[in-house]
Amino acid sequence: MALTAAALVSSATAQAAKAEETIKVGVLHSLSGTMAISETTLKDVMLMLVAEQNKKGGLLGKKLEAVVVDPASNWPLFAEKARELISQHKVSAVFGAWTSVSRKSVLPVFKELNSILFYPVQYEGEESERNVFYTGAAPNQQAIPAVDYLAKEEKVERWVLAGTDYVYPRTTNKILEAYLKSKGVKTEDIMISYTPFGHSDWQTIVADIKKFGSAGKKTAVVSTINGDANVPFYKELANQGVKATDIPVVAFSVGEEELAGIDTKPLVGHLAAWNYFQSVETPENKAFIEKWKDFTKNAKRVTNDPMEAHVVGFNMWVKAVEKAGTTDPDKVIDTIIGVQVPNLTGGVSEMLPNHHITKPVLIGEIKDDGQFDTVWQTDGLVPGEAWSKHLEGSKDLIADWKTLKCGNYNTVTKKCGA
Amino acid sequence: MIRLYILLRVFVLLVGMTGVALAGEYEDALPKFTTGNYSDTEEAIGAVAASRHPLSLALIEALQDGRLLAGMGQVFIRDAAGDLLNAETGQPHGATSRDLKPIRVNNRIRRAIEAALGGLTLLSTNAGTRMEAARAVFRSRDAAALPTLAHAIAQESDPTVRQALQQARAAILVGKADASPGDRLEAVETLRVRGDQDALALLSNLPADSVPELTESARKAADGIRSRLAFWNVLQNVWYGVSLGSVLLLAAIGLAITFGTMGVINMAHGEMVMLGAYTTFVVQELIRTYVPGLFEISLFIALPLAFLIAGAVGIFIERTIIRFLYGRPLETLLATWGLSLILQQGVRTIFGPTNREVSTPVWMSGALDIGAMSLTYNRIAIVVFAFSVFAILLLVLRYTSLGLYMRAVTQNRRMAGSMGIRTNRIDALAFGLGSGVAGIAGVALSQIDNVSPNLGQGYIIDSFMVVVFGGVGNLWGTLVGSMTLGIANKLLEPYAGAVLGKIALLIAIILFIQRRPRGLFALRGRAVEA
Repeated sequence: MALTAAALVSSATAQAAKAEETIKVGVLHSLSGTMAISETTLKDVMLMLVAEQNKKGGLLGKKLEAVVVDPASNWPLFAEKARELISQHKVSAVFGAWTSVSRKSVLPVFKELNSILFYPVQYEGEESERNVFYTGAAPNQQAIPAVDYLAKEEKVERWVLAGTDYVYPRTTNKILEAYLKSKGVKTEDIMISYTPFGHSDWQTIVADIKKFGSAGKKTAVVSTINGDANVPFYKELANQGVKATDIPVVAFSVGEEELAGIDTKPLVGHLAAWNYFQSVETPENKAFIEKWKDFTKNAKRVTNDPMEAHVVGFNMWVKAVEKAGTTDPDKVIDTIIGVQVPNLTGGVSEMLPNHHITKPVLIGEIKDDGQFDTVWQTDGLVPGEAWSKHLEGSKDLIADWKTLKCGNYNTVTKKCGA
Repeated sequence: MIRLYILLRVFVLLVGMTGVALAGEYEDALPKFTTGNYSDTEEAIGAVAASRHPLSLALIEALQDGRLLAGMGQVFIRDAAGDLLNAETGQPHGATSRDLKPIRVNNRIRRAIEAALGGLTLLSTNAGTRMEAARAVFRSRDAAALPTLAHAIAQESDPTVRQALQQARAAILVGKADASPGDRLEAVETLRVRGDQDALALLSNLPADSVPELTESARKAADGIRSRLAFWNVLQNVWYGVSLGSVLLLAAIGLAITFGTMGVINMAHGEMVMLGAYTTFVVQELIRTYVPGLFEISLFIALPLAFLIAGAVGIFIERTIIRFLYGRPLETLLATWGLSLILQQGVRTIFGPTNREVSTPVWMSGALDIGAMSLTYNRIAIVVFAFSVFAILLLVLRYTSLGLYMRAVTQNRRMAGSMGIRTNRIDALAFGLGSGVAGIAGVALSQIDNVSPNLGQGYIIDSFMVVVFGGVGNLWGTLVGSMTLGIANKLLEPYAGAVLGKIALLIAIILFIQRRPRGLFALRGRAVEA
């Protein structure tokens, strides 16, 4: 009896000691509300990565511990939860956010409390903050190459830029419009259309696209339609008989996860531009998919691009912490620049001084099993650009946190702060 | 003997050489399929189609279906039985398909395949195939198909196919500078009769060097088509409006009962719609696993189930929560809103946060073309379905005893109670009826929207808007309200865009409600004062 009691006490103290010794990692993804559809998966990936790192012996001799909070797709709540993670749970780094609004909402918190955020989703660029590392694609790593592909391979001359009405599609389309015009596309050959979040009645817009596309010039749709609105959009395309051979749609927000909810047979041939596809055949990716299916105990679970961004971001952070010998944010922010880790598509991604990373760009066509067939990819890795070269206000800006220690250095006025 | 042997060798050699020299385009094209380069594949398709080799059609069809395999520098066709044929000879090939990979196809290749197949199947014995071929040639406008087209037109017996073939011919001729002016004028006329967007594009993109007479007649024809299209365009927008209106009607009609006649502000109404959609998903999954033969009618099986499930949940909610809150609208609003969050998260926990796939039966896929209008079958089905639900509900309220009691309770609760109507029971049944109708709306909406936990949220605001606009407590008001909002929305959208259109509509409704607080069809009587 006394023995068991003693054993209990000792195990309790051991646990307490262990709890003190863990390094905490914050996971800030919505598990309820509209964005849960996309973000829940990323929470699972983070749990898997942490468990795996612990199996390898943890970090700096300590175990890692994931602290999961639910900001419930509520933008102000993202900021509150971020504060909770940093001040209350004392996490060393946070992996999270999906929409640009949620990122903008947590920014001041990370600046004020001087912590680190890894942001895994493709976004509109025009930003580079000291406390944020952007592991998703910048516009030059997704939108511009996709348009180039369509112009070259599909000989597209007329463009429909369709997007959901918020900051990412608006900025991306502004960049694309400027880019297309610089390539000699006339104004009347560009049609821009915005729809509200969760738009479900696409009849008029698809009919307009059909009409726009039958003017005798090859037409393509560049879609920045986000989230829930995609399924009804693709269903309407299929029903109105818009085939990929007539008017291909290239999407920047539709991945394997989103396609899991649609019958993909009528969509074969429509395109997506990403930096990773589940169908990429590399040993790294094969191993990752197997681990993922094991971890989720579901052989049907798919992988997608933002998941890969978290894998790369997490590994970069681990490497930087090991190199710095501490989780202190200031030290990690300095050491992580230049850190290189293998990505899942066979290359080695590097953290650049502008806090973006190098990535390959892949164009895939939807197959009838809901996966993508890579039809084109860049020769090497493309470095992410924080500031677009095609926009008036941002073409003179550069971000460099290594030598200039500035996120928006103006190369003309030679001043930091635009 | 030796001389004979040498002679034989020379002979064999000669035959061999002539064999090589005579080897057609077809054989030459085959190796290009093995390079894995899209441009090579595209060239090879053109060459194979032009060669008119007996195996051309089989080869291109195999390529389209992913049954054309390459490996070891050779090309093989896998036939329907799964056997490998050597693409060069058409003879069975013994090798296993392990080292062979299907030849990759992208959009460019698919287009080339369609064009090639169009040229090759113009003389098919199947009228449907010839129709497809004619359409493919119309799109590809490949001048090489002209002789075959002429031949096909001459022997065509089916008038619609003949028309399609002539249009395909016209599409090629109208832009062909070296065709005779007479042919081209005739082509303009054929296209004018066709009169759709494609014809308009062809007519307005004539090469600049055309003879003035031709340009003039093309311009006239294009103008004619334009005014015709403008007319159809209005009709098309009205149809879109009716179809959007019937979606609104479906979503709102259950609310018209719970909110309209009972006065309960049920924020969880959208979640009843979601439950219906998830019922459809579960039914389809079960059918797919156990009785795949019934898949085409899965929606009809889902309908009663969705009604029962959503209705039962509705009655449960009414008995456990809402009945304690009658007459306290603010508390009801908060309680049902919390309930909607609970239901959403519950479904999210059970089914996961991602979209679930609900398939569309074949009879609901595709579109019907009337004039220059295209009506998709799923929208037609939803319009018909919405009106049927409306009619049935109207009959239930008008001619059944439940309907009579419900109307009595709505008009004067205490009087109805005094007459011996168990008002509690009627409340529960009415709430169940409203929720059940929301459930069957979910079955229909699963065909056009995401089946996700958020499905209901997208409809709740619109539903309230329809009911308030139409007039609380009146089913006809809901019908007129939803159709007005749907059509107004769709007529505004082409000019104002989806976002501004919606804002404009909201402002219009606010102004309208200011003028007529009780909506289009105001209910008169004591209920209004109560």
